[in-house]
Amino acid sequence: MRRYLITRFLYSIVALIGATAIVFSLSRAVGDPRYLYAQEAYGLTSEAWEDLGRRLGLDKPLVAQYFIWLGNVARGDLGESLIGRKPVIELIGNKVGNTLQLGLAAWLLATGVGIPLGILSAVRRGTVWDYLGRGFAALGQAAPPFWIGIMAILFFAVKLGWLPAGTKGAGASAANIKYFIMPAVTLAWLSSASYLRITRTAMLEILDSEFVKFARAKGTTERSVIWKHAFRNALIPPLTVSALVLAGFITGTVVVETVFTWPGLGKLAVDSVVQNDYPTMTGVVLLLALVYVVVNFLTDMAYGIIDPRVSYT
Amino acid sequence: MATPQLTMQSPARSRFRAGLKLLREWPVVPIIILTLLVITAAAAPLLAPYDPIRPEIGDRNAKPFWYPDSDGRHLIGADHVGRDVLSRLIYGSRVSLIVLAISLSSGMLVGTTLGLVAGYFGGHVDEVITRLVDMWLAIPFILLALVVVIVFGQSFIVLMALLALLAWVPFVRNIRAEVLVLKTRDFVAISRISGASATRIMVRHILPNVFNTVVVLATLRVGQLILTESILSFLGAGIPPPTPAWGVMVSDGRNYIASAWWISFFPGIAILLVVMAFNFVGDWLRDRLDPRLRQI
Repeated sequence: MRRYLITRFLYSIVALIGATAIVFSLSRAVGDPRYLYAQEAYGLTSEAWEDLGRRLGLDKPLVAQYFIWLGNVARGDLGESLIGRKPVIELIGNKVGNTLQLGLAAWLLATGVGIPLGILSAVRRGTVWDYLGRGFAALGQAAPPFWIGIMAILFFAVKLGWLPAGTKGAGASAANIKYFIMPAVTLAWLSSASYLRITRTAMLEILDSEFVKFARAKGTTERSVIWKHAFRNALIPPLTVSALVLAGFITGTVVVETVFTWPGLGKLAVDSVVQNDYPTMTGVVLLLALVYVVVNFLTDMAYGIIDPRVSYT
Repeated sequence: MATPQLTMQSPARSRFRAGLKLLREWPVVPIIILTLLVITAAAAPLLAPYDPIRPEIGDRNAKPFWYPDSDGRHLIGADHVGRDVLSRLIYGSRVSLIVLAISLSSGMLVGTTLGLVAGYFGGHVDEVITRLVDMWLAIPFILLALVVVIVFGQSFIVLMALLALLAWVPFVRNIRAEVLVLKTRDFVAISRISGASATRIMVRHILPNVFNTVVVLATLRVGQLILTESILSFLGAGIPPPTPAWGVMVSDGRNYIASAWWISFFPGIAILLVVMAFNFVGDWLRDRLDPRLRQI
């Protein structure tokens, strides 16, 4: 177990280093950062130009630059954004809360809708409920999220005027909930579809297994069979897709925050890419990759705790 | 006890029953949608009423035919620069299918090869390939794609390369897992004893056994590729304008959503139907050919 933990941990670090190295070298390939960093670059003498390069560490080889950057990151210094010259860590800090709130709302929605519907759809297999549930999942997996968002704006903001079309309200009052509804539903739909499908498959398999048949044979009530015997075991597969769901959220927030002009990390990332702001962009990508790797690691661990049959070898 | 029934089914009724049975056992509707898609893509120049690219300023945001004040020249309306939405939809199917076919087949080729090699050789080779996959999965794809597009510019080749990079991972993982099982089987041992090379064993003996998996994975992957392509196009990093692409069309209509909803609405429906059709066919194929993949 201990050895397994350590190897998994090392693998996660390797994955993280590789991922950031790719993004870092790509961001440097965009062009000489000096053109963006110094607005006055066009009037500079060649000495001043070289000096600026040295100050930014551009005279060193790319690999060295990467490790210098990595060392700074380890000390919490993500550099300064090229636009506005603010520390990247501060920029991210300002946005991360908004994205977390949105992500949490969407995750609660996705599990709260997906898992119960999956169970309903399995228990009432072949009935209207099953078809409704599966239809809901099929729609969620096929509809482009940006289109769902735009259509939601069309109906609920433009035609009906019930909900605001975008941005996030200031403060934390109850009235702010209305800003969350459309972005959270848009973000959650696809994930709730995955939860539904996985739960349904797992539940069907378990309802067909020997121990459930045995429980039925000894006269356990249907309610107890479903909730006590089947349901608990059917929760394992949805847990394992949580990492995938998170990956979906990372893609999803980029799209949803763009559609609803939500002031979060996804929008920050898109803006920084468009503005060629490579320190900000590498910072965001690093953070998102870190989150993803950590969740993957935790999922592996949790899987072993919930299902003791998993052997750590 | 069931009472014996004398049934006199009318031929029409039994034909209806047979129809229902067919619908239940075969993905009829998805197959019709996909066939229509292929026909539309192939015959785009014959079907499209207008040029999909040339703007017609007089027809800006022209309304669909059912509006009383529409002149009916544009069946489902025109976009913000007066291009016929229907014609752009028709040509868009062509673009989608080409991008899809090339990226999926290259992703499939790379992924299957790596999966075969990793599973068959094991050891360090397997380790390197598996780490590569993990590393790749840790990068937020959409962000990487945006960066790549800025570095290399917006073009078809970049887009297809990106989508191929998105497509290869599940092939590696699943094929590898299957090969790990297959290579312990007797027929592999026997061909090794009889002197077959590793390449020969992989291509002639193992590949045919994982072929079903490859087909199922490919079909299930199509939907995701179409969606990702449309997301990239929406974010301005996909198919370069003015080529008609469904994702770009949705994005075009975003600013006119209050006055001309049809610009965004119809291409979204098209994406939805096509992705859904591919997903249904994929699920069906999986249940038929490879039920072990049910977890995907």
